[in-house]
Amino acid sequence: MSVLVYTENWDGKFKKLSYEMVSFAAAIAKEMGSSLTALSIGHVADEELKSLGKYGANKVLNVQDDRFESLDNKALADAVAKAAEAEGAKVIIFAHNNEGKAIAPRLSVRMNAGMVSGVNGLPVSVEPFVVRKKLFTGKAFANIQIKTDVKVITFAQNSYEIVEQGGDVVIEAFDPQLSDDEFNTTVKETNKITGKVILTDAEIVVSGGRGLKGPENWGILEELAGLLDAGTACSRPVADEGWRPKEEHVGQTGKIIAPNVYFAIGISGAIQHLGGVNSSKIIVAVNKDPEAPIFEAADYGIIGDLFKVVPQLIDAVKEMKANG
Amino acid sequence: MKILVLISNVPDTTTKIRFTGDNKAFDATGVQWIINPWDELALTRAMELKEKGGVESITVANVGTKITEPTLRKALAVGADDAIRVDAEPLDAYFVAKQLAEVAKGYDLIMAGIEASDYNGSGVGGMLAELLEINSVSAVSGIDLTDGQLKILREIDGGTQTLEISTPVLTVVQKGIAIDPRIPAMRGIMMARKKPLKVVPAVEAETRTDFLSFELPAPKAACKMVEEDNAKELIRLLHEEAKVL
Repeated sequence: MSVLVYTENWDGKFKKLSYEMVSFAAAIAKEMGSSLTALSIGHVADEELKSLGKYGANKVLNVQDDRFESLDNKALADAVAKAAEAEGAKVIIFAHNNEGKAIAPRLSVRMNAGMVSGVNGLPVSVEPFVVRKKLFTGKAFANIQIKTDVKVITFAQNSYEIVEQGGDVVIEAFDPQLSDDEFNTTVKETNKITGKVILTDAEIVVSGGRGLKGPENWGILEELAGLLDAGTACSRPVADEGWRPKEEHVGQTGKIIAPNVYFAIGISGAIQHLGGVNSSKIIVAVNKDPEAPIFEAADYGIIGDLFKVVPQLIDAVKEMKANG
Repeated sequence: MKILVLISNVPDTTTKIRFTGDNKAFDATGVQWIINPWDELALTRAMELKEKGGVESITVANVGTKITEPTLRKALAVGADDAIRVDAEPLDAYFVAKQLAEVAKGYDLIMAGIEASDYNGSGVGGMLAELLEINSVSAVSGIDLTDGQLKILREIDGGTQTLEISTPVLTVVQKGIAIDPRIPAMRGIMMARKKPLKVVPAVEAETRTDFLSFELPAPKAACKMVEEDNAKELIRLLHEEAKVL
C-alpha cells in the first residue's frame, strides 16, 4: 500500500510547489501508515530526484520518455494509472493546477476512484477518508468523504508548510510502456514568458486596479514589485481596457492565486475579484475610498492617495533591504 | 463539425451563500440561477466558430432537475441549436459525468468550463473524456477551426502552446476562450421557445463522494489601518508583525 504523489518539474528542476506537495503527501502517508512514492515524468537528474527524499518520499519513480512532453492528457493519465497500479497506491495526489486538473479527473475514472479537487489541508480523517475544500470560490468550505477504495485528490497550492524530514529514498526507472498511438496531441508552437515572476508561483503579488488611472502610471507598481521579487497582477477592468496584458488578470474569471502577500492597489475589491485572491495569507489594500469592499477582506490597509502612498512603500522596502 | 457545450446551472456569483439549519445542504431559497460563467464563455466561443463557418450545430447539455430549464433556455436564446437535460439531481462529479456520457456521443468537439462556480470541482470534463475514451485538452484559452482542423491554444506554466489534436476531442476551457459572454437578444429569446429541449431519463450510476457538511469561513479580523502619511509603517508591520516580507 502506498500514497502516490505526482510531481512536476520545470526544465529539470523542482520548485517550492513540488516540495510542498511531497511534504503534504508524506503527512498523509504517515497518517495511513503507508509509504510514499513520488512520480516524476521528464528529464530530472538523480541528484534533483533525491531531493524529494528530504521531504518524505521513500521512492521516486522516474519516467524518462520525451513523448510526454506534449502533455497528452490521456497518455499522462494512463502513465500515472500504471504507476499507481504498480505501487498499489490508495491515495493519488496532484497539484490543483493546469496539469493536475488535466490528468486527475481522467485518472479517477481509470482507477475507479472518487476525486476531490482543491483540497486545502490534511484530511480531516483518513478512515473514513474525509477532506476539506473551499466552495463558491472561497465563500464556504465543505467536508467531503471519498467512499472508494482508491482516492484521487488535487491539492491547493500554498495550503501546507514544507517540512524537511530527511530519509533514504530509492530511485527507480519506470516505463509505463505506452504505444505511440496513445499520444495524440501535437505541439505546434510554444511561447514562454521569460524573465518575469510567474504569477501563480509568486510569493508576493503587487496588483493594480482602475485607481491607477492609466497604463502610463504602472511604473511605481513595477518598481515596488521588482524590489520585492513580486509578480504583477491587475483587476479585470484593467485587463479589459488593455492597460495590462490579460495574463495578469486575477479574479474569479482570471487567475486564482494564493500568495503570502497580495497588495491590492487602487482596487475596490468586487466580489469577483476577491474570489481570485481570498486565499492569500495577507491582503494589503491601498484605496482612497474608505467604503471600498477590499478593506473588508484586507488585513492591512491605507485609506489614501496611492500616488502618495506607493512611493513611500518603495522607500520603506529599500530601507528594509539596506538594513538586511 | 458538431459541438456539444456542457452547461452547469449555478447560483449567481454574487449570491450570499447560506446553508440550511444543520449545515448539511446549500440553501437555495431566493437564489438566482445562471449559466456557469466558464460554460457561458465556452458557448460564446462555439457561437463565434459557427458564425465563421464549418460548424453544423451546437448542442448544450446539463444534468439537473426541472429547475435548470430556464438556464438551458437562456443557452438556446444565446444561440445553441438544441438542448438536452438529463433529469437527475447532480449528485457528484462522477455521477454527472456518467449521465453525460450517455448523451455526449457523436460530437466532434465537446467544450466544458474549467470549473463550476459553485462546487469548484474541475472534474466533470476530464471524467467524461475518459468515460468516452476520447482525447482531452485542459487549460484551453483559444480554439480555432480551419478546414475542419482544430487549432487549440493551451495555457502552460508561464506561457502558451498551440496544439493540433484529432477529433473527437473534449476541451476544458478557461479565461481567454472568449472575451465577453453573449447576452441573448429579444429575437433569440423568442426563437429559444421553439428550439428543442430534450429531457432524457437518468441512468443508474454510483456516487463516489459524499458532501458531509458545509461551513462558512470564520469572520475575518478587522483590517489594521495605517495613516496615509505614515505608509512606511505598513512595510514595518508586514516585515515584523506579519513576517511575510
